[in-house]
Amino acid sequence: MSLEYENDGALHAKLIEEVLSQYPDKSAKRRKKHLSVAKSGDDGEEGEVLSECDVKSNIKSVPGVMTIRGCAYAGSKGVVWGPVKDMVHISHGPVGCGQYSWSQRRNYYVGTTGIDTFGTMQFTSDFQEKDIVFGGDKKLEQIIDEIEELFPLNNGITVQSECPIGLIGDDTEAVSRNKAKEHKKTVVPVRCEGFRGVSQSLGHHIANDSIRDWVFEKKDVEFDTGPYDVNVIGDYNIGGDAWASRILLEEVGLRVVGNWSGDATLAEIERAPKAKLNLIHCYRSMNYICRHMEEKYGVAWMEYNFFGPSQIETSLRKIAKHFGPEIEEKTEKVIAKYRPLVDAVIAKYRPRLEGNTVMLYVGGLRPRHVITAYEDLGMVIVGTGYEFAHNDDYQRTGHYVKNGTLIYDDVTGYELEKFIEGVRPNLVGSGIKEKYPVQKMGIPFRQMHSWDYSGPYHGYDGFAIFARDVDLAINNPVWGLYQAPWKTSSSRGRAIAAE
Amino acid sequence: MPQSAEKVLDHAPLFREPEYRQMLAEKKLNFECPHPDQIVTDQREFTQTWEYREKNLAREALVVNPAKACQPLGAVFAAAGFERTMSFVHGSQGCVAYYRSHLSRHFKEPASAVSSSMTEDAAVFGGLKNMVDGLANTYQLYDPKMIAVSTTCMAEVIGDDLHSFIQNAKDENSVPAEFDVPFAHTPAFVGSHVDGYDGMVKGILEHFWKGQERTEAGGTINVIPGFDGFCVGNNRELKRLLDLMGVSYTFIQDASDQFDTPSDGEYRMYDGGTKIEDVKEALNAEATLSLQYYNTRKTLEYCEQVGQATASFHYPLGIQATDEFLMKVSALCGKEIPEAIRLERGRMVDAMADSQSWLHGKKYAIYGDPDFVYAMARFVMETGGEPTHCLATNGNSAWEAEMKQLFASSPFGKDAQVWAGKDLWAMRSLLFTEPVDLLIGNSYGKYLERDTGTPLIRLMFPIFDRHHHHRFAIMGYQGGLRVLTTILDKIFDKLDRETGETGVTDYSYDLTR
Repeated sequence: MSLEYENDGALHAKLIEEVLSQYPDKSAKRRKKHLSVAKSGDDGEEGEVLSECDVKSNIKSVPGVMTIRGCAYAGSKGVVWGPVKDMVHISHGPVGCGQYSWSQRRNYYVGTTGIDTFGTMQFTSDFQEKDIVFGGDKKLEQIIDEIEELFPLNNGITVQSECPIGLIGDDTEAVSRNKAKEHKKTVVPVRCEGFRGVSQSLGHHIANDSIRDWVFEKKDVEFDTGPYDVNVIGDYNIGGDAWASRILLEEVGLRVVGNWSGDATLAEIERAPKAKLNLIHCYRSMNYICRHMEEKYGVAWMEYNFFGPSQIETSLRKIAKHFGPEIEEKTEKVIAKYRPLVDAVIAKYRPRLEGNTVMLYVGGLRPRHVITAYEDLGMVIVGTGYEFAHNDDYQRTGHYVKNGTLIYDDVTGYELEKFIEGVRPNLVGSGIKEKYPVQKMGIPFRQMHSWDYSGPYHGYDGFAIFARDVDLAINNPVWGLYQAPWKTSSSRGRAIAAE
Repeated sequence: MPQSAEKVLDHAPLFREPEYRQMLAEKKLNFECPHPDQIVTDQREFTQTWEYREKNLAREALVVNPAKACQPLGAVFAAAGFERTMSFVHGSQGCVAYYRSHLSRHFKEPASAVSSSMTEDAAVFGGLKNMVDGLANTYQLYDPKMIAVSTTCMAEVIGDDLHSFIQNAKDENSVPAEFDVPFAHTPAFVGSHVDGYDGMVKGILEHFWKGQERTEAGGTINVIPGFDGFCVGNNRELKRLLDLMGVSYTFIQDASDQFDTPSDGEYRMYDGGTKIEDVKEALNAEATLSLQYYNTRKTLEYCEQVGQATASFHYPLGIQATDEFLMKVSALCGKEIPEAIRLERGRMVDAMADSQSWLHGKKYAIYGDPDFVYAMARFVMETGGEPTHCLATNGNSAWEAEMKQLFASSPFGKDAQVWAGKDLWAMRSLLFTEPVDLLIGNSYGKYLERDTGTPLIRLMFPIFDRHHHHRFAIMGYQGGLRVLTTILDKIFDKLDRETGETGVTDYSYDLTR
């Protein structure tokens, strides 16, 4: 279900010019490379490339501009490793990093927390000045011993380095190696100090590499494989996304032998190389390990998109094609089974949302991946951008966005505010730091990292929730109450009562 | 198929549907390689024993579920309490994303701060260039009246010197020479967020007061609130009381408007806060009062050095603590406490008397920042309750001694225990081995509530999973009423839940309590 539209490229170009004019010259030059308007793509194969999003990406943020990005630690502990539920993840360094990221990503799991699972806990070495001065290796050894005593059912430990570790020259690798031997457990040192790289992205990469170097081939993995074994890679089970995906993949006849890393156990990570295919959702954070598994173990990988029925159908068929007629047949049945649900959701919500405009600013995948889900509801994407995408992500974005779309990489607080003011979309989808400024302007908002405490949004079950949430955000009566009636007679909001 | 367009099920009901339960059970069985159920049950039961508690409390290195954050968070909160002030945190940028998120999740408000975005090259060569460029960008983009600089642990480890860096930046015209750029070094590996608050307030006062002549204005006072997640409600309530008394006062650091801006179509990046002119003038106050001693130790020392009288409190909450605060203000300013306030006090005492039978003898576990825990324990004892476990991860030995002194002052404190430096995993053992009726803390306490069944009352920063509590005061007599009601609601709700089984406990399900 493709929605045809073109955005107001001239307005967007003017907005870019205006924000750049406010920077000191040096910074204006640097920021200019990150902002653009999507242009018509080459008419290659039909429907392939809709536009070109020609921006520079994955380079250092400009100091003092209020970048929205995080750090490598956030990419490793917060994203890749944190959700592995039967391991203890030590935030190694001062107390803050672990505290601020504690339980915030909504990686759902089932388990007995504190006993055999540890997802919503904050383990920290709580560095003090003496640890900085004398080094923290001895402390780390003691911490690992104490974890073994108090949390004996953990199936492994990771050491997530915070900034000071790399600066004071600690050897967390040696400690990990020794303690792994002593306790006969997997202990993974991750060099994800926050100053490394330019965003969360390098943390993803470092975390991927640590799986390659410290998990793969470290144990004899006994596992009876099957012809339809797949791993789901890069689904962090936010609000249960991975579960709403798994149920579909199982229905079409596949066996999900590992989920990385939402609701995962270490065993699921260890056996991954035995699967037939890696299905990758968040390409940005986990393509590295997929490429490695392809090279080393011959496991093919395939990108897919489970946001919104159009993409789900396309993805399911693409996946099925890889496995042949048996799976393809089941897949068509599954698509047909869910068609009435999809039709009913669209019939209910599309009339309430049709033509509403949306601006997005998210991490490394969703700024493109969710676009079609909005379009399935008749909504129009006018601007999008990534915190930490690379060039290959912007290339892929061209398959999603329409001509004239405003593109902003590593957007600054100032730019985003001015763009939103200038465009005045009907909905903004971004993060917690952006939520309240946008709502103050009277513009509906949904958090697109945490699903605003809702979800899942993946799969058919998730699409219904997504549609409901977009509707309740846009059509709530509060937006019509912003102006005191004695101040003005015009009212911006337009609520539609829930059905 | 559980999902439908008519009745959309989100995560809470969806995953309880049979399709998903079966899927998850099979996932566990076939792919997770879990420990056998019996082993998990045994370990779970073991963690509830005295034996486990002893091991748990004997931990020396590992910290699990601490109730404290790091210094720069306090500095960013402090800076938010001054007029048009932008926080500039020198060091890694991810930290700033974390402080902003943390504050926004609690206040449900925008939280602005910028970073100097130091990366690996800055780790090698120092972050001077980042400071020079960064200050210029912040000044030009965000039109602040003041930029308050603090540090992440990265900048502290490599030893960047803020004083000289800021001077350098001014020499390179990043900001005008006369533009105010106070600073505080806020290493995350020393103290906690309350010390970062202290450092930043002191840094700002030093910036404006250093080298200035003090001309004492008798009868005027400064009030420093400290790091307070309830600043929105509390600061306004205290100002109301001080206004009723007719006192001349200045709040030094007041984030009550910054973290409570109206929704009327305009996004205010800055709102309220102590005016810079008022900060300058505050040098002349007769006295500076700190509402939270452990948040302001260095600042108070500095105020004494410039010649001001000082007084400090431990979060004036409850009857006696509010009495003491008002009497101190009265004595310093030479103003009577008006009859209206005496009546307010009487109304709160009246409420406590009305409800005393439900509160007498109740046992509490309380955790949070040192001053809050002190205040809460004191108030609990005023209601006839017993503060069984009092824990502050960022409490030191001086705090421990003060707490013990407090307990010695009341028969309701005779069995009270104080746990300085311990974390919430330690609290879990305490609650299992020496159970209490109620737990007072913040949102992180919900895991303790789930594990131990102790009802949680959220009265401490951060509160993520309940909305708007921070908009209401918990200090003063009015605030005390709110705290009292909150505790009582929890007690009554629990009792109703426990007696609500038709045909079994109809007899205790009383209409009037």
